[in-house]
Amino acid sequence: MKVALLGATKGMGRALARLMAERGDRLALLGRDRVDMEKSARDLEVRGQAPIAVAECDLERPETFAPALDAAEAALGGLDAVVVTAGMFATQDRLEADPELARRLLLVDFTNTVSFCEEARRRLLAKGGGTLCVFSSVAGDRGRKPVVLYGAAKAGLTRYLEGLDHRFRGAGLRTVCVKPGFVRTSMTDGLPAPPFAGEPDAVAHRVLRAIDAGTPVVYAPAAWRWVMAVIRLLPRAVLRRVQF
Amino acid sequence: MLSGWGGIAVPGREIRSEDLEAITRDAVLSRGLGRSYGDSSLPPPSRREVAGTVLADRILSFDPPTGMLRAEAGLSLRELNRLFLPRGFYEPVAPGTQLITLGGMVAADVHGKTHHRSGSFGAHVSKLKIRVADGRVLECSREVEPDLFRATLGGMGLTGHVLEVEFRLIRVPSPWVWVESERIHDLDRFIEALKEAGPRWPYTVGWIDCLSRGRGMGRGILSCGRWAEPHEAPPGPPTPRRRPSVPFVLPGWVVNRWSVRVFNAVLYRSHFLRRRRRVMHPETFFYPLDAIGHWNRLYGRRGFTQYQCVLPDAAGHGAARRFLELLTRRGGASMLCVIKDCGAEGPGLLSFPRPGISIALDVPIRDETQSLVDALNELVIAEGGRIYLAKDAFTRAEHFRAMEPRLPEWTRIRRRWDPQGRLRSAQSVRILGDQP
Repeated sequence: MKVALLGATKGMGRALARLMAERGDRLALLGRDRVDMEKSARDLEVRGQAPIAVAECDLERPETFAPALDAAEAALGGLDAVVVTAGMFATQDRLEADPELARRLLLVDFTNTVSFCEEARRRLLAKGGGTLCVFSSVAGDRGRKPVVLYGAAKAGLTRYLEGLDHRFRGAGLRTVCVKPGFVRTSMTDGLPAPPFAGEPDAVAHRVLRAIDAGTPVVYAPAAWRWVMAVIRLLPRAVLRRVQF
Repeated sequence: MLSGWGGIAVPGREIRSEDLEAITRDAVLSRGLGRSYGDSSLPPPSRREVAGTVLADRILSFDPPTGMLRAEAGLSLRELNRLFLPRGFYEPVAPGTQLITLGGMVAADVHGKTHHRSGSFGAHVSKLKIRVADGRVLECSREVEPDLFRATLGGMGLTGHVLEVEFRLIRVPSPWVWVESERIHDLDRFIEALKEAGPRWPYTVGWIDCLSRGRGMGRGILSCGRWAEPHEAPPGPPTPRRRPSVPFVLPGWVVNRWSVRVFNAVLYRSHFLRRRRRVMHPETFFYPLDAIGHWNRLYGRRGFTQYQCVLPDAAGHGAARRFLELLTRRGGASMLCVIKDCGAEGPGLLSFPRPGISIALDVPIRDETQSLVDALNELVIAEGGRIYLAKDAFTRAEHFRAMEPRLPEWTRIRRRWDPQGRLRSAQSVRILGDQP
C-alpha cells in the first residue's frame, strides 16, 4: 500500500506509521517540521528497510496541501491511502482565555483539515478510489463541558467524513473516521487519565485493521465505543450536571 | 506520586514529550522506564517534575556492516531486541531485564551476563548527545569532551540529560540460545565454577539460595549460555512471550522468611539433574526478571529494595561467605539472590562493576531494613567492595564516600559542567549531599 501520512512524527501517528513500515507499506511523511520529519523517516527506514519520502505540509497554511500531496504521489508512484493524524489540542480553559488560540484551533481542526481532505479525496478518486483515514475524536460525539470548542470542531469533522463516505463509497473512496478516546500521548500529557485510557500502539493496531477493512467509524481503544454509546444516550439534563 | 521499581514513592510526576530537547530544558533529572529500584529516577524534595524520556524513542541511524546504531534516549531494550534479533543483531551486555531505556542504560552503565567478557554498556557506547546543566546540547565521546563522556557513563544522569546514544550491536548466528545449567551444592564450589565457566562461555549467571545455612550455604544453579548455531536452533524465530502478571499489590506478609525458604528449596530441587543442556528462548534465558509482569507487587505496599555489591577478587572467596553469613544472621529474606563474576572496569568513572564477585538480592522493606543495609555496607567497605547505585535506596552518604575513592574525581568533573549543582535526584541529595 502507498500511504501519505500527515502528522506521523508523534503519538498515534508515529505508532501507526511504524506498523505500516514494518509490514512493508511504502510511506510518505507530510508535516511542518522538516528536521523532525527527517528523523522519523530514518526511524521508519530502519524499521521497514525501505526509503521514506518527506514533504512539507502545514495545516495552518492551506497553500501547502496540494504541493505536498503531489510530492508524496510522485515519490511513491501513486497513492492508495491518505492518513491524517495531525490536529491541534488545547484545554477548554486555555481556549476560553485566548480567543485567538480558539480561532486558530477551530480553523485547523475543522476548515483546514476538511480542505486537506478535499485535496486528498480528489487525488484518490481520480485514480479510481482509495482510503482516506482521518483522526477525529470522541469529543465530537456530544457537546460536553471540558471540550466545548475542540469538540465542536471535531463534531464538524466527523459529520464531514460521514457525508463523504455516503457520497463517494460507491465511487471507490473508503472513508475511515477514527475516534480516539483518551490515549496517553504527549498531547494528553499532564491531563488526569480517565478509566479506559489507551496506549498509542494498541490504537494503531486497531486503526490499521480498520483501514484494511474500510470500516467507516472506529473507536479506539475499543471500550470507548461503549463508553460513548452511554454518553450519547444521556439526557441533556444529566450531561449538564456532570463534569465530563 | 513517582516511584522506582522497589515501590518507594515520592511526590512527583513525569513530563513526557517526543521532543526531549524541549522537556529537558528546565528539568533537573531525566527518567526512562523507572526500573532503577530505589530513588535514582526520583526528583529531589524541592522539585516535583522529571523529564520522561520514553516517547523519544526513534532510531536515527543503523549501519548493518558495523552494527553501529544511534537512537534517542527513550528507546527501550525490548523494542531494540524485537527489531534487531530477527536480523541477527543483539545488544552487547545482556542485563537482567529488557524493560529499560538506552538513556537509563548509559546512566547506570548497566552490566549483565557477559560482563566477564564484554564489560558494561559504556564499553560499547561511542557517542552521546547530552544537554548539560547550562542548557547547551553537545556531543561527547572518547575524543570529544572525554571527561564528560566518562563521567556520564554510570553517572546516574547527574552530569547531563542523555538525549541520544550511539553504540554497537553484536552479530549473532541465530536468535536462540544454547544453555547448560548445573546444580551446585555449596558457595566455594559455586564461585570456582563461575570462574571456570568464564573463558568457555560468553554468558554466565548464578542463582543462589541465600537462606540455607551451614554446608548448603550458597547452594544454587549456575547457567551458562552461548548463541545457538543455525543447525542447533529451531527452524522459526522466537516469538515474543506472553507473560502472566501480578494483578495487584499483595499484602506485605506474603514474602517472609518461610515462604522464601520454600520458594528457594523448590527452585533448587526442581533442577533434578545435576547438569542440563538445551536450546532456550532468548527471553527466558536473558530476561528472567521479565517472566512475571509487575512482580514488584509481590512485596506489598511498603515495597522492597535491592542490595547489590561487588566484592573484589583480592578479598577472596571468604568475602562472599562472610557476606552471606551476615545476611542469614540478620534474617534478610531474599528470593533470587543473583551471583556473577565481573570483569575489568570500564571507562565509566562511577560505574559499578569491578573485577570480583557481584551479589544482588531483594530485601522487603521492614522497620529494620536501614540497619540491615548499614551492616551490609560496613562489611562491603571492610572488604574493599562497592554498591550499585541503580539498586540502592538506603545507603548513607558517609558509607558511599568510604567505598568510592573515585568520587572526588567524578565530582570535580560534575562541578565543572554544573557549578550550581542544578542537576540532581532524590538519590544524589541522599548520597552526595546535593541541595534538596
